[in-house]
Amino acid sequence: MVKQESESANRPDNTAFTQQRLPAWQPILSAGIVIPGFVLIGLAFIGIGVALLVTSRSIQVLELDYTGDSNGSPCSSCSQSVIANCKCSLNFTLTTLFQGPVFFYYGLSNYFQNYRRYGASKDDNQLYGDLSSFTSPSSSCSPYNYDSSKKPIVPCGSIANSMFNDTFTLTRTVNGTTNNVTLDGKGIAWWTDYNIKYRNPSVTPLKNAFNGTVKPINWAKPAYELDASDPSNNGFVNQDFLVWMRRAALPNFRKLYRRIDASGDYQKGLPAGNYTIDITYNYPVRAFNGAKKIVFSNVSWMGGSNEFLGIAYLVIGSLCVVMSVVMLIVYAKFKFPDEE
Amino acid sequence: MGMDFSTLRTLISRYCVGEENWVDSRTIYIGHKEPPPGTEAFIQQRFPDNRIVSSKYTFWNFIPKNMFEQFRRVANFYFLIIFLVQLIIDTPTSPVTSGLPLFFVITVTAIKQGYEDWLRHKADNAVNQCSVHVVHHGKVVRKQSRKLRVGDVVLVKEDETFPCDLILLSSSRDDGTCFVTTASLDGESSHKTYYAVQETKAYNTEKEVDTIHATIECEQPQPDLYKFVGRINIYMTNEPVARPLGSENLLLRGATLKNTEYIYAVVIYTGMETKMALNYQSKSQKRSAVEKSMNAYLVVYLCILISKALINTALKYVWQSDPNKDEPFYNQKTEVERQRHVLIRAFTDFLAFMVLFNYIIPVSMYVTVEMQKFLGSYFIMWDDEMFDEELGERAVVNTSDLNEELGQVEYVFTDKTGTLTENNMEFIECCVDGHVYVPHAICNGQVMPGAAGMDMIDSSPGPAAREHEELFFRALCLCHTVQVKEEDTVDGIKHGIHQGKSTSFYISSSPDEVALVEGMKRLGFTYLRLKDGQMEILNREDEVEKFELLEVLTFDSVRRRMSVIVKASTGEVYLFCKGADSSIFPRVISGKVDQVRARVEQNAVEGLRTLCVAYRSLSPEQYEEVFQLLNRAKLALQDRDKQLAEAYDLIEKDLILLGATAVEDRLQEKAADTIESLHKAGIKVWVLTGDKMETAAATCYASKLFHRNTQILELTTKRTEEQSLHDVLFELSRTVLRQHGGMTRDTFSELSGDCTDYGLIIDGATLSAVMRPGQEGSNSGNYKEKFLEICRNCSAVLCCRMAPLQKAQIVKLIKASEEHPITLAIGDGANDVSMILEAHVGIGIMGKEGRQAVRNSDYAIPKFKHLKKMLLVHGHYYYIRISELVQYFFYKNVCFIFPQFLYQFFCGFSQQPLYDTAYLTLYNISFTSLPILLYSLIEQHINMDILKKDPCLYRDIAKNSLLRWPTFIYWTVLGVYDAIVMFFGAYFLFDNTTFTSNGQMFGNWTFGTLVFTVLVFTVTFKLALDTHYWTWINHFVIWGSLIFFVVFSLLWGGIIWPFLNYQRMYYVFMQMLSSGPAWLSIILLITASLLPDVVKKVIWRTLWPTTTERIQNADKLYKGQLSEFTPLASLHAPSKGSSHRRGSENQRNPRRSEPFTKKVMFTRWQKAPDYCTFTPLLRFADSSRHSRQGYNYSGAGPETSV
Repeated sequence: MVKQESESANRPDNTAFTQQRLPAWQPILSAGIVIPGFVLIGLAFIGIGVALLVTSRSIQVLELDYTGDSNGSPCSSCSQSVIANCKCSLNFTLTTLFQGPVFFYYGLSNYFQNYRRYGASKDDNQLYGDLSSFTSPSSSCSPYNYDSSKKPIVPCGSIANSMFNDTFTLTRTVNGTTNNVTLDGKGIAWWTDYNIKYRNPSVTPLKNAFNGTVKPINWAKPAYELDASDPSNNGFVNQDFLVWMRRAALPNFRKLYRRIDASGDYQKGLPAGNYTIDITYNYPVRAFNGAKKIVFSNVSWMGGSNEFLGIAYLVIGSLCVVMSVVMLIVYAKFKFPDEE
Repeated sequence: MGMDFSTLRTLISRYCVGEENWVDSRTIYIGHKEPPPGTEAFIQQRFPDNRIVSSKYTFWNFIPKNMFEQFRRVANFYFLIIFLVQLIIDTPTSPVTSGLPLFFVITVTAIKQGYEDWLRHKADNAVNQCSVHVVHHGKVVRKQSRKLRVGDVVLVKEDETFPCDLILLSSSRDDGTCFVTTASLDGESSHKTYYAVQETKAYNTEKEVDTIHATIECEQPQPDLYKFVGRINIYMTNEPVARPLGSENLLLRGATLKNTEYIYAVVIYTGMETKMALNYQSKSQKRSAVEKSMNAYLVVYLCILISKALINTALKYVWQSDPNKDEPFYNQKTEVERQRHVLIRAFTDFLAFMVLFNYIIPVSMYVTVEMQKFLGSYFIMWDDEMFDEELGERAVVNTSDLNEELGQVEYVFTDKTGTLTENNMEFIECCVDGHVYVPHAICNGQVMPGAAGMDMIDSSPGPAAREHEELFFRALCLCHTVQVKEEDTVDGIKHGIHQGKSTSFYISSSPDEVALVEGMKRLGFTYLRLKDGQMEILNREDEVEKFELLEVLTFDSVRRRMSVIVKASTGEVYLFCKGADSSIFPRVISGKVDQVRARVEQNAVEGLRTLCVAYRSLSPEQYEEVFQLLNRAKLALQDRDKQLAEAYDLIEKDLILLGATAVEDRLQEKAADTIESLHKAGIKVWVLTGDKMETAAATCYASKLFHRNTQILELTTKRTEEQSLHDVLFELSRTVLRQHGGMTRDTFSELSGDCTDYGLIIDGATLSAVMRPGQEGSNSGNYKEKFLEICRNCSAVLCCRMAPLQKAQIVKLIKASEEHPITLAIGDGANDVSMILEAHVGIGIMGKEGRQAVRNSDYAIPKFKHLKKMLLVHGHYYYIRISELVQYFFYKNVCFIFPQFLYQFFCGFSQQPLYDTAYLTLYNISFTSLPILLYSLIEQHINMDILKKDPCLYRDIAKNSLLRWPTFIYWTVLGVYDAIVMFFGAYFLFDNTTFTSNGQMFGNWTFGTLVFTVLVFTVTFKLALDTHYWTWINHFVIWGSLIFFVVFSLLWGGIIWPFLNYQRMYYVFMQMLSSGPAWLSIILLITASLLPDVVKKVIWRTLWPTTTERIQNADKLYKGQLSEFTPLASLHAPSKGSSHRRGSENQRNPRRSEPFTKKVMFTRWQKAPDYCTFTPLLRFADSSRHSRQGYNYSGAGPETSV
């Protein structure tokens, strides 16, 4: 098209954008690029997969069910009765060293912490230490916002009310003597939860803040007395409480209970030997076919034992390689004779 | 708005006022003076004031009215309902998630509409408040325009615009005429003459005007700009004189007074009743095929949504049948909840699930589609290649809703004159009694001056013949409506009368007339002017002859002729008539009919426009009779047109044939190339013209619509006279089907194009016979089907002798045929408007016959050749873009919502949302919206030049191929697959393990965030994989969106937000990123989601490549230089788009060609490098356009060019 000098006022702007002629990279997903790409990705994935699988295999996990729904199990008596603080104990033997750091979890199954109403049943302002929410808890906590005598419940709501209340002590029997294994309950909740998201009201002593309120119905002790040994582990910033308040995503879940304190004999983990776990059995799960268990696990750089990730990497990696071979066959059959 | 108004008016008139009060005519008292007593008593009617209201809203009704308008749209209403449900019942997500996007959309739309309305208000005010001069008690006073009332007498000065519809009373010119340009109404820039009534034209001062005592009766306002009937009763000496009023007396609001110092006129229609306001009517909304597909998909998704909610509700109640699951000790219900009836609970649950999954139908899709259409249409307006230097016009988009329809066109209906041809007429020759006169004889390439070198084939005409000859020339000089313009102030067509000497121009609404008058000038008879009813012509001896113009029997397309009655200075009265041969010959009683007819036919075959000229001498008695006849018809208030037509029919008879003229209308530049490209693109081109068959056929050959080897089938009156219509139709269909039956077996013959194709010629009379509703008993009812069958198998169809309405009928017929093809009509004149409105896409050419076609079109282009780029490039791109947009939108929302659906199975069907509120809200608004919007604006899967060069690519997207159900299902399945991968990937990862190295556990929000992160990256990468055209903007938007998502997530989780009453996302994203397995699983899941799509693409591309893909591959090979030296034809898949095979065969995906043909293709492709040295096969652009005309008029061209 010959461009004349006499530009008309109506003439469109002749820029690369308006003429849709912007310089552009025009890639095409052709076999020539995709096949080598797939081989590379496939190999890389297989590599990662192998590494993950090996790491995952090296992680030690010990699971002990203590629900007590079968008659032979140690806690069956506790599971039948409704006695508070029913005691039972579980024995296990380690034949080799359980490599540290060792984490002590409790696990619940068939337990839906992810019910919508359950999840909404708390008052974030209250948990942030807002005193006005102490006297009038949010209606989302209902039916756990006021007790039968119309006193406000603090902390209100289903989640807090249903807080896991079994307790465990771990002992090791060496040559007939029983030693307590020190369990460390610090830092089992998220740092941000402990330090920022949850706040106790700035009232000292803490007990005063709870004047005029009642403890949750299922609780044995009020919130400010959760941990008698450590004053800073009370109220809403109690580590166990924080762990419980972070709702699990799925109905079968684990929550961190304690860490094995890496000191003395336990510097490298749990040495081989006979162990006993003394359980204060309070938490009812049999009504909804739930199960409770204790899990000891150590972690690697990639967290706990999870074969899925490694296997998935291997599967996808091999799929990539297989697909690249398939594509190569297809490509060779239909393309090569023509492009020589 | 105009539509609302007129509907309202109709309603009011029908229901409120009542039929009996509805008057068909109105009476106006000029100057508000009562008629003298004794005359018929009129009831004074009430008329609206002269306020123009084009605005929709007022300040106080804006919010309710605008809200109402917006929520009338189904989509908005749906989201409003969802929002209200969220407000009312206890739902899983906060009302913000759907309220915010809805609010955003509604607000943006309201602001836009409010702003537009404010502009309209401003414009209205400017118009309504401008002052006009009104004659009041013999004085001119100023008045605001809006205060004008019916009956006021106004004074309008030169270059002023008429403030309302007026009847001209008198003007500064003695003859009571004035000149007006109606450019702003219909785009015709020529000056039209308007006349004052004889009795009032003398009153041309304000004092005198004030003394006029008259009433006007006229019809109630109607929108037709060119129709008006009325009567003026003038009470001079108590003896009322009635005079007819027609559109030649009516000055329309919006028109401008030119070349006349001032006029006096009386107001008859005001305000919203003016013809201009009545013409504001918006056209009926056209919907594109893509939009229809989109709505079909929406219904599918709505069904999915409802079934998802139903399934979940049902399962929830199955699940809850165990009270321990329904109400475990840790999740007790409140008393109120327990007591609620189970049906109410179930219904609430159902609604809650609906709310949870409602994002599957995103409000943002509508916004994105509209933005894409609106912004995308700018590329058409901006296109420099569609700018015409000569006219200084660029393409105009009137409806951006149909952009993608341009890529789907299967039938093009084109007008001939002015569309295929330039409508730049050139006088070629005339033939008087068989003697041929050519203004320019060509001797050895030298052009001789016309008058001197007049070439007569029959060298010695006798004196009688000489008399005839002069009569013929005079007839042509007199029988026209050409005006002479003396100054150089007119835009538009200018033709110098005496080049170099003076600046006079012939102006006419019909270019043929200008060509004829000019041709006469070259043959020695020059039309000078019309003055005081005297037409002056300069004859060969340079003497001025004067003829008194008595009557003009104007042209109309039904009669196809016009006449003038003139009185020579000698006192003889002649009627000169010129018109189409078919309308003249039956009325001729003597003259050398056979010679003239032979010549006319010969000229027509050569593609010239022919007109025949005849005359009739009128004796004074005859003239008196004619005068009476005409006057009676003109004075009629009702059916005036019909009466006039009858009168004309009586007058134009017993003619004596003088001769015929031939005018050439050259083909537009590149018209043939364009038609050929359209053919190659699989588009059927039909030419619909009012011209005679031979002329039209010649044009069709010249424009390559018919080729030399096209077998022409005729369905014309001539043939149906011999055989019955029935027989002809069946014979033709047999011929056509036999050929095509054979062809399906041999696909390659079609590929190589050496099979016979058929061209059909049908004329208007036969067409109406075919279209006539079938008489009972006979099988004529399926004439239509037979006809359609024949048409479908013809590559080109020519319909000649078509009336405007017939054009629309044809379009309608094809539209309604069983395949429901997408039609496009293109034309330049008022006679094309009906078909432009009827077709799916209407295109107007900015031609010389005014702006009516352009105003009524969806798109307007300066020249026919621009249609090629419009369809092949813009249409193709828009289609590709919007189909990806639609599919992708559904896909990404399946990916988005399906994990949420799956999650219900793991949370006891408790409607727990998987994602945080912010993610739910922003997913469609900001995380994934811009990349697809940008893609849908600038994606180019193939270079523009290749698209233009290889029209066959258009077939790849024919029949809505990218939005068919298989494709849609593929996308949906892909979305479901991705959702499953994402959800279960995260599920197994979270299954009873920790993935931090400090042993801490993640909760449900981390789970959702992980899925969401994978989701955002997957859908964005999926789009990135589909993008073929990566400009810097694409990079910016795609990577920018992802970065925005990450930054937003960090920020959203990084702060305790004081305005939120929950802090569930606090540090969730950061914690997730601090874990190695989360990173690994994100990478894994993205790869796993994208893998099958990539594999599918590569394998399909190798095994069953579409033509598009083949060319992409080849283009890659040549590093983008493909368009320059590769014969693209070799890359084509064997034909697959032709109609007879459509929908048949074994193909699951119709755009893929069968595998067995690949072998052939590749052997051809193998040779491609050798081809590079050959001349490109497709370089036909410049060589062909004047091939036929060249020998004819190569010398004549330069003179007429403007």
